[in-house]
Amino acid sequence: MASLKITAKKNLSKTSRRNYLTYGLVILAFVILQAMSGSLSSSLKGMLVPICAYVVMAISLNLTVGILGELSLGHAGFMSVGAFTGVIVASYLQDTITIAPLRLAISMVAGAAFAALAGFLIGIPVLRLKGDYLAIVTLAFGEIIKTIFTNLYVGVDGRGLHFSLLEDKTNLAEGGKLVVSGPMGMGSIQKIASFTAGFLLILITLAVVFNLVNSRAGRAIMAIRDNRIAAESIGINVTKYKMIAFVTSAALAGAAGTLFAMNYSTIVATKFDFNTSILVLVFVVLGGLGNMLGSIIAAAVLTILPEALRQFSDYRMLVYAIVLILVMLATNNPTLRGYLDRVKGAITGKHSEKEAA
Amino acid sequence: MKKFLSILLALALVLSLAACGGDSGSSGGSTGGDSQTSGDSGSTGGDSDSSVSGAAFKLGGTGPLTGPVAVYGLAARNGAQIAVDEINAMGGIQFELNYQDDAHDAEKAVNAYNTLKDWGMQLSLGSVTSTPCEATSVMNFEDRIFALTPSASSVATTEGKDNVFQMCFTDPGQGAKSAEYIANQNLGTKIGVIWKNDDVYSKGIYDTFMAEAATLGLEVVSDTNFNDSNSTDFSVQIADAQSKGADLVFLPMYFDVAALIFSQASTVGYAPKWFGVDGMDGILSVDGFDTSLAEGVMLLTPFSADAEDERTQSFVAEYQSRHGEIPNQFAADAYDCVYAYKQALEAAGATPDMSASELCDLMQQQFTSMTFDGLTGDGAGITWETSGAVSKSPKGMIIQNGAYVGMD
Repeated sequence: MASLKITAKKNLSKTSRRNYLTYGLVILAFVILQAMSGSLSSSLKGMLVPICAYVVMAISLNLTVGILGELSLGHAGFMSVGAFTGVIVASYLQDTITIAPLRLAISMVAGAAFAALAGFLIGIPVLRLKGDYLAIVTLAFGEIIKTIFTNLYVGVDGRGLHFSLLEDKTNLAEGGKLVVSGPMGMGSIQKIASFTAGFLLILITLAVVFNLVNSRAGRAIMAIRDNRIAAESIGINVTKYKMIAFVTSAALAGAAGTLFAMNYSTIVATKFDFNTSILVLVFVVLGGLGNMLGSIIAAAVLTILPEALRQFSDYRMLVYAIVLILVMLATNNPTLRGYLDRVKGAITGKHSEKEAA
Repeated sequence: MKKFLSILLALALVLSLAACGGDSGSSGGSTGGDSQTSGDSGSTGGDSDSSVSGAAFKLGGTGPLTGPVAVYGLAARNGAQIAVDEINAMGGIQFELNYQDDAHDAEKAVNAYNTLKDWGMQLSLGSVTSTPCEATSVMNFEDRIFALTPSASSVATTEGKDNVFQMCFTDPGQGAKSAEYIANQNLGTKIGVIWKNDDVYSKGIYDTFMAEAATLGLEVVSDTNFNDSNSTDFSVQIADAQSKGADLVFLPMYFDVAALIFSQASTVGYAPKWFGVDGMDGILSVDGFDTSLAEGVMLLTPFSADAEDERTQSFVAEYQSRHGEIPNQFAADAYDCVYAYKQALEAAGATPDMSASELCDLMQQQFTSMTFDGLTGDGAGITWETSGAVSKSPKGMIIQNGAYVGMD
């Protein structure tokens, strides 16, 4: 009994050590990048904000796929909801709130709220079902959202916001501006996203996800993942906990979407298609299910990689694919894994203890 | 052990590919991204790069060199490369050209633009397609790097940016001109329109076409659309146009989809007059497309490869000998862009050691005042408005016996 207790304690401290390591590495990366911001190439500088957005996307999807154990194929849909809501809110507040970071923060909160709402609405019917239904429904959701946004017209003028579908019937007053113009998407967006904002969003995301996972609710979520029937038998409300994880994941994706959109002067709805969802899923799978640090690294590396491979010109994406396969093989190779574990053990200094136990 | 072997195999594959990438760069087949591999004296492109380095204007552009609309990016790159090679051979002003792939995506275009900025781009050819160019033109504006895009035709590309200019017509311009052309030439009485509702380009043309058609009294009987995810089956749209008796169908879209529409219409025995815009250019080079289906297709484009003048003929001959196909309007526009730069730089007395922002001011003065004579336009000269939009006349073209022929 005593030994069992000790193991549990050790495991807990191991998790939190791992979490602190993740925070630490993110902060370290930010400090280093800030310190050398003068000597960074403009290519890398231009990618910093999208990397932050993709990192948040990957962490949030990892919550659904890795922790909850449900497959979601429409994560870009939530990103899209966040992007469009965020930009609309930001243009609406453009004259009222002149401090750009505050406007960005409010837009992100709005983006997250609407994405959460979308997640909740999808979750109601789907999370009651068993099996792979979530994958199918989220896939459809991504397509529906894309179609809606390509046909949506939103204008802002002195009288407030105006919406119309299919045709531009907003009839804006003098001085009004069409924020979302159907297939042309959103043009002339004010680029207020910054690397610092992205960094803070990553920290918030990590804090939310880690605290959720380590909480009572998080244990329930993982119990559902591991054995649904057992979890139900001890009185866990499966739908409720699934919903908590899924909505949190959607909200974070929405905030990431706002950050992403605010970094470009133009965003079209077709950007957030099935391919983007799969791209984020690749980050998660490559980084390891349930492994947040892995997601962060995978998202950053896989965003930079296609740009770093530009020297291969026409063979660029072919090389990219092969590197992906290579990394998949390498991370699953037992010899390499053993070696990595030894290195990890050497760093944390806990290797010998574990061996002894 | 087996796994280890497979990793080894994959590694070998990467290395051989890396070698491959280098090879193709130096043999000149792809002149886009090989500036780093210092295109040594291969056969076609880029061979003058290394020799002129330092004394040449660095000219950069992004375009879809891969993906579904790669035809445009490749055509623009090839056209610009021919112009650069010709100008460099003449002596005088020298250019170094660097085209980066943006896969028709705004995010990748911004990355490509930043790569070019790191390379030291002084003058920009913007982006080839509209959506990416809207993103990169903002960067051009912020960084004060002058841009002259060969083919990004949306209004938002130049709107509010004093240093971004276009070589092609704007989308609204194309829509209005098409409607005028159809009305003036009495090409059809009942018009059908099929357009793509999630595409900036198609939507821009459609809107002004419909507005202009209404003022000119053209009767639009059928108005259907499609989007990216259902752009393979057009039976509904074709049946709608056919049942309503449209005798001319206006297709403001890129050629790849138009090719499907032509073949599907022919299977149901529907043969109206087809009328396209500059995106239709390129239809004859679709792989596996029966070009006889495009017989009689009309399109409005600023360039005609069968023009009699000497410059067009030598350009077409050069393009054909290098790439084995007839150049389309994108190639001609990019070719003109480089020559327009040459003329402006000569007139301004610019030197390659000037910074991008100095060049930007000079180019702004030149482009708003000069008249340029190129392959595109109708010989009356090309001028630019201060907004950045071009003013030149389109040519009506018709496809006859598998080639583009001037309509009048």
